[in-house]
Amino acid sequence: MPAKTTARARPKNLRHTLARLLAYMGHAKLSLLVVAVLVSISAVANLVGTYMVRPVVNALEQGRPEDLPGLCIFTAVVYALGMLSALGYTQTMVRAAQKVVYDIRRDLFSHIQRLPLSYFDRTRTGDVMSFFTNDVDTVAEALNNSFANLVQALIQMVGTMIILFVLNWQLTLITVVCDIILACYIKYSGSRSGRFFAAQQNALGSLDGYVEEMVSGQKVVKVFNHEAANVAEFTERNEELRVAGTSAQSYAATMVPATVCIGYANYAIVAVVGAVLAINGMVDVGALASYVVFVRQAAMPINQFTSLGNFLLNALAGAERLFGAMEMEPEVDGGTVTLVPTGERSWAWKIPDGMGVGAYGKLVPVDGDAAAGDAAVVPADVPASASGALAQSTARAADGTVVATGLIPLRGDVRFHDVDFGYVPDTLVLKNLNLFAKPGQKIAFVGSTGAGKTTITNLINRFYEIDGGEITYDGIDVRNIAKADLRRSLGIVLQETHLFTGTIADNIRFGKLDATDEEVRAAAEAACADSFIRRLPQGYDTMVTADGANLSQGQRQLLAIARVAVADPPVLILDEATSSIDTRTEKLIERGMDRIMEGRTTFMIAHRLSTVRNADAIMVLEHGKIIERGTHEQLLALHGEYWELYQGLKELD
Amino acid sequence: MPELRRLLSYMGPYRRDALLGALAVTLETSIELIIPLLMARIIDEGIVERDLGIVFSQGALMLVCALVSLALGLAYARFAARVAMGLGANLRQAEYEKIQTFAFGNIDRYQTSSLVTRLTTDITVIQNAVSNGFRPMIRGPVILLMGLFYACSMNMELAGVFFVVLPALAVALGLITFRVLPLYRTLQASMDDLNGAVQEDLTAMRAVKAYVREDHERNVFAHVNGALGKRSTTTFSTAVLNVPMHQLAMYTTATLVLWIGGNMIVAGRLTVGELTSFMSYVLQIMNSLMMISNVFLLLTRALTSVRRVGEVLDEKPELALPAPDRAIAAVPDGSIEFRHVDFKYSAGAESNVLDDIDLTIPAGATVGILGGTGSGKSSLVQLICRLYDPSAGTVLVGGHDVRDYDLPALRDAVGIVLQNNVLFSGTIRDNLRWGAPEAADSELLHACELACADEFLGRIGGLDGVLGQGGAGVSGGQKQRLCIARTLLKHPRVMIFDDSTSAVDMATDAKIRANLASLSDVTCITIAQRITSVMDADLIVVLNDGRVHACGTHDELLAHDTIYQEIYASQMEHAQAEAAAPADTPAAEGGERDAR
Repeated sequence: MPAKTTARARPKNLRHTLARLLAYMGHAKLSLLVVAVLVSISAVANLVGTYMVRPVVNALEQGRPEDLPGLCIFTAVVYALGMLSALGYTQTMVRAAQKVVYDIRRDLFSHIQRLPLSYFDRTRTGDVMSFFTNDVDTVAEALNNSFANLVQALIQMVGTMIILFVLNWQLTLITVVCDIILACYIKYSGSRSGRFFAAQQNALGSLDGYVEEMVSGQKVVKVFNHEAANVAEFTERNEELRVAGTSAQSYAATMVPATVCIGYANYAIVAVVGAVLAINGMVDVGALASYVVFVRQAAMPINQFTSLGNFLLNALAGAERLFGAMEMEPEVDGGTVTLVPTGERSWAWKIPDGMGVGAYGKLVPVDGDAAAGDAAVVPADVPASASGALAQSTARAADGTVVATGLIPLRGDVRFHDVDFGYVPDTLVLKNLNLFAKPGQKIAFVGSTGAGKTTITNLINRFYEIDGGEITYDGIDVRNIAKADLRRSLGIVLQETHLFTGTIADNIRFGKLDATDEEVRAAAEAACADSFIRRLPQGYDTMVTADGANLSQGQRQLLAIARVAVADPPVLILDEATSSIDTRTEKLIERGMDRIMEGRTTFMIAHRLSTVRNADAIMVLEHGKIIERGTHEQLLALHGEYWELYQGLKELD
Repeated sequence: MPELRRLLSYMGPYRRDALLGALAVTLETSIELIIPLLMARIIDEGIVERDLGIVFSQGALMLVCALVSLALGLAYARFAARVAMGLGANLRQAEYEKIQTFAFGNIDRYQTSSLVTRLTTDITVIQNAVSNGFRPMIRGPVILLMGLFYACSMNMELAGVFFVVLPALAVALGLITFRVLPLYRTLQASMDDLNGAVQEDLTAMRAVKAYVREDHERNVFAHVNGALGKRSTTTFSTAVLNVPMHQLAMYTTATLVLWIGGNMIVAGRLTVGELTSFMSYVLQIMNSLMMISNVFLLLTRALTSVRRVGEVLDEKPELALPAPDRAIAAVPDGSIEFRHVDFKYSAGAESNVLDDIDLTIPAGATVGILGGTGSGKSSLVQLICRLYDPSAGTVLVGGHDVRDYDLPALRDAVGIVLQNNVLFSGTIRDNLRWGAPEAADSELLHACELACADEFLGRIGGLDGVLGQGGAGVSGGQKQRLCIARTLLKHPRVMIFDDSTSAVDMATDAKIRANLASLSDVTCITIAQRITSVMDADLIVVLNDGRVHACGTHDELLAHDTIYQEIYASQMEHAQAEAAAPADTPAAEGGERDAR
C-alpha cells in the first residue's frame, strides 16, 4: 500500500483536532498535571542554576569568597531538585502517553467496527492500516517527546526573557528585535517551502504508483523478460524524485543555519553593546557574564520551537486523520424489534410494547385498547400479514387497521417491495425490485458481474441501506429490526473464506462463540468437514495460519459452511460459495450444503448453473432488474437469457 | 553495526557530498566554539582593560563568524540533502533491481504490500533519519572533542572535572542502551501482533459484520492493544532514563566547575572571563552528548527500516543461472519431458506439491491438464518455463535441461499465460508490445484476432485505448484475451494457458482454441476447469494430489479413469439430464461440440 509519506502534511482544522486531542489527554489529567508541575520545576531549576554564575562572580569580584560554599551548595540543591523532577516527569509522561494512545487505539478500532461496509468499499485496507501504524505512531511519539519539551521550552523561553529583562532591559531589547526577525524569517520560509514540497510529493506519488503496479505484476514481468525495461522506467522516476527531494530538503535545511546566524549576530551585538555599557560602568561584569550565557540559551528554545512545531503539526495531521475516521458516520441501526428465544430451536421477533407491525412492515403505535376479538382475525385478513407477518396477537392502530403485536414467530419469510438501491447517489444498481421468498424456499440469482446479485443479498442483512421501497423479514421492515438480531438470524457464506488466526475449532466457533465442543463437531459433521478435520495433525486443535494457507480452498470452504451450521440461522445466504472450487470438489461439498440448506430459506448466488438447478425459483438479473424468473424447467422453455447461458452461448463474467 | 556499513556502501557518488557536508558542519561547529573565546577576550581585555578597540574588533569578528557559519550552513544544507536523497535513490534503485532478479519463489516469500512498503516508506524513513541525523551526528562528536580541547587548553585543572564525569555518564548511558535494545525488539513484535489483528479484522470485515462479531473483535484487539501498551511503557520508561542521567552529569559538572573555578579565582589562578567561557563549554559539551544519544535513538528507529530493506537486498535469487558462455541460447523445438520430478515450494514444506512426475510431450502436441484445486496443475506448467526449479528430477524442453538454457531465451520460447494475469497502465499497444517490443500494428492486430480480442478492441479505443492501473478498464474476459494476444506475440515454441479463458464464453473459447490449433509447430498446454476446453487434445493429463493419475485421450480416460469420469459427470450431468428430457432444446453437450 502506498504509505502516507506526506512530509509536511498540515492539519486542516487545527482547533478542532487540538480540542479532541486535549480531550483524550484529559483521560490522563492527573498525570499530565504532575508532568506540567515537575517540568516547570525542572525548567526553573535549570534557569536558576545557570543564573547562579552571577552571584558567584559578583561575590568574588566584591571580595566575599566566604559566600562561595553557600552559593555552591544552593546551586547543587537546586540542580538536584531539577534532576529529580526530570526523573519524575519523564517516567510519568511515558505512562500518561501510553494511556492516551491506548485509549485512542481502542476507540478507533471500536469505531471502525461500527462503520458501514460502504466505508470499506471506498477505503483501501492499507489506508485503514496506516491509521494504526503511521498516524497513531506519530501521535504517540509527539506525546512521548513533545508535551514535556513544549512546556519546558515555553518556560525556558519566558523565564530566560524575564531574567534577561531583569539583568539588563536595554540589552534585552536587542535580543527581542533579533527574535522578531527570526520569527518573521521562519514564517516566510515556511510559506515558501510549500512549492518545493508539493513537487516532491508529486514525484513520490508517481514513483509509489509505479512501484505498486509493477511489484503487483512482478510475475508477469518475469514471464515476459521485461526486467530491463522496467528498471529503465523506474530509474527515470527515481531520479525525478531524487532531484525534487533534494530541492525540497535543501530548502528545509536552510532554516537551521539561518536561525544560527541570527543568533550569533544577536550575541555579537549584545556583547559589544554590553561591553561598551560595562566600560562606562552602566552594568557590572558579573551581570554581563551571565547575561551572555543567557542570550545563547535564549536562542535554543526558539530553535526547539521550530523543530517541535513541525513535529507537532505532523502529529496533529495524523491525529486529524484518526479523528476524521472516528467521526465517520457509523452504521445506522434504530431497529427496536428484537429476537427472543421461544423454545429449544425456535425464535420469535419481539415487537416493542405499545407498537404493532402494519402493512409493509411499518412499525406503528397501537391505539390503546387492543380489542380482544382481533386475535381471532385470520392472519391472512390482517394487513400486516400481507407482507408476511404471522401474528399471534393483534391490535388496532390509530387509523383502525389491524397490526401484529407481541411476538411474531421467526420463519424466514423475505420480501422485496419496489426496492431501489445505489451504492453511490444517483446511480441505481437495483431498480424497482420485487421478489419474495417463502419460508424454506431456495431462491437462486444468476447474472453477470455487476448485475446486482450480491447487492440483493447485502440488502437483506442491511450491509447497505436501501434508497426506496421496503424489505420485510417475517413481515417486519428490516429497518425496524435491531441490526445485531437481524444479522444473527441470517447465515452467510461468502466466496472468500476468511479464516482467523486460531484453531480449527475457534474458526468454526466464530459462528457461535459459546458453542460447545459437541456442537462444533456436529456442525462440522453436518458440513461434511469432520472427516478432513480429523485427519489434520491436531484435529480440531490444528492452528490455522493467517489466511488458512495450510488448508485447500475446498477445505476452507467447508469450514465456512460449518461456521454457518453452528450458527444455525433460519435464513441462509450463499454468495458464490463454491465458485472458487473445481466441479469435482464442489460435488463433494454439495452433500454438506444440501444438508445445511434443508428447511431454511436460502438465497444463493451461483457462478455455475449446475448448482442452481433445483432451486424453487431462479432469478436472472441484468442491470439491476430481474429479466427472467421461474424454475429451471420454466426458464429453459422460455428460450431466453437463461437458456443462452445454459447452452454456453454466453458466459457469466 | 552491519546496517550502518550497508548504508555507507550505498552512498556511491554522494560520498563526496557526505564528506563536504561533514566538513562544512565541522567548520561551522568550530566557529561556534570560537565565539566563547572571543567573548572571553571582550570581557577580560576589553572591559577590564577598558579597551574599546578590542571590544569592537572582537565584535566584528563575531559578526564575520556569523556570516561564515551562515555560508557553511547553506552549503551543508545542500550537501546533506544531496546525500540523503541520493542515498535513498540508490537504495531504492538497488532494491528495485534486486526485485527484478527475484525468481517466483522469492516473490512468494513477500507479500506485495510488504515489498511496496520496503521500496517506499522504509526508504523515506531512512532518508529522514539521514537528513535529520546528519548534522547532529557530525556536530555532536566535533563539539565534544573541540569543547574538551578548548576547555583543557583554557584550564587543565578545571577540565579535570570532565574526565571524572564523562566516563561515568558513558557507562550509565551504555547500561541504559544495553537494557533498551532487546526491549525495542519485543516492542516491534507487539506492534506486529497489533497490525496483524487489525489486518485480519479488516479483510474479514464482511464475515465480522455478518456474524455480529464486532464485540468479539474488540476483545481480540483489546488484548493486543493492552500488550502493546504494557511493552511500550516498559521500553520507553527505560529509554527516557537517559534524560535525568544527562542532567545529573551536566549539573554535577556545572556545580563542580563553579566551586572549583570560584576557588581558583579566589586564589588568582583563573579570571572571571575564563570562568564564564568555561561554563558555556560545560553547556556545549553536555548538549553534545545529548545530541549524540538522540542521533542514536533516531538511527535505532530507522534501523528496522534498514534491516527490512536489507532483507530484500540480501535475498538470494532462487534460480541458479548457468555460466553465460555455457548457456544454451536457443530452444530447438517444443518437446517437453518430465523425468521423476518432485516439487515443493519451500524446502521446509512437509509434503511435495508434485510427486514423481514422468511425462513426455512431443513437439507440436496439444495437451490438456485437468485436476482439482490444489492438485498441482499450475505448479507443473510453471516448471516448464523455469519459474521454479524442481526439488528433484529434471524438466527438459527441446531435449535440454531447462537449467542449461539462458533464462530469457527459455522464457521467450516458452510463453505462459498466467492464471492471475495483469495488464498495466498505458495503451493497449504498450501492453501488447510486452510480447514483442518492435511489433508493427498489423502484427498486434493479427495476434488480437487469434485471441479473439479484435471483437471488442474497437469498443475500448483500439490499440490506442488507455488502461488504468492494473489494466483497469476491461472486463475479466477481455483481459484474458488481451493477455493471450500478448503471449502470442512472443511467437513461442511452447504455449501454456493456465486457466486463462475461464471468463470467456464457451463459443469464444472454442474459437480461440481453433485459432491456436492452426499455429503449426507450437506445443500447446492448456489447464482448464471445463472439460470441453481440453476434450479433443492429443493428450489429457489428470492430476490428483500432485501425481499423474492418468494420461490419455478423452475416449481412453472416459473409459478407464475414475476421476475423469467424475469430473465429466459433474459437468455433463445437467446436459445429459437435458438430453434425456423431451424438451426441444439441443443438448448442451451437443451444442458445444457443434460450436467447434
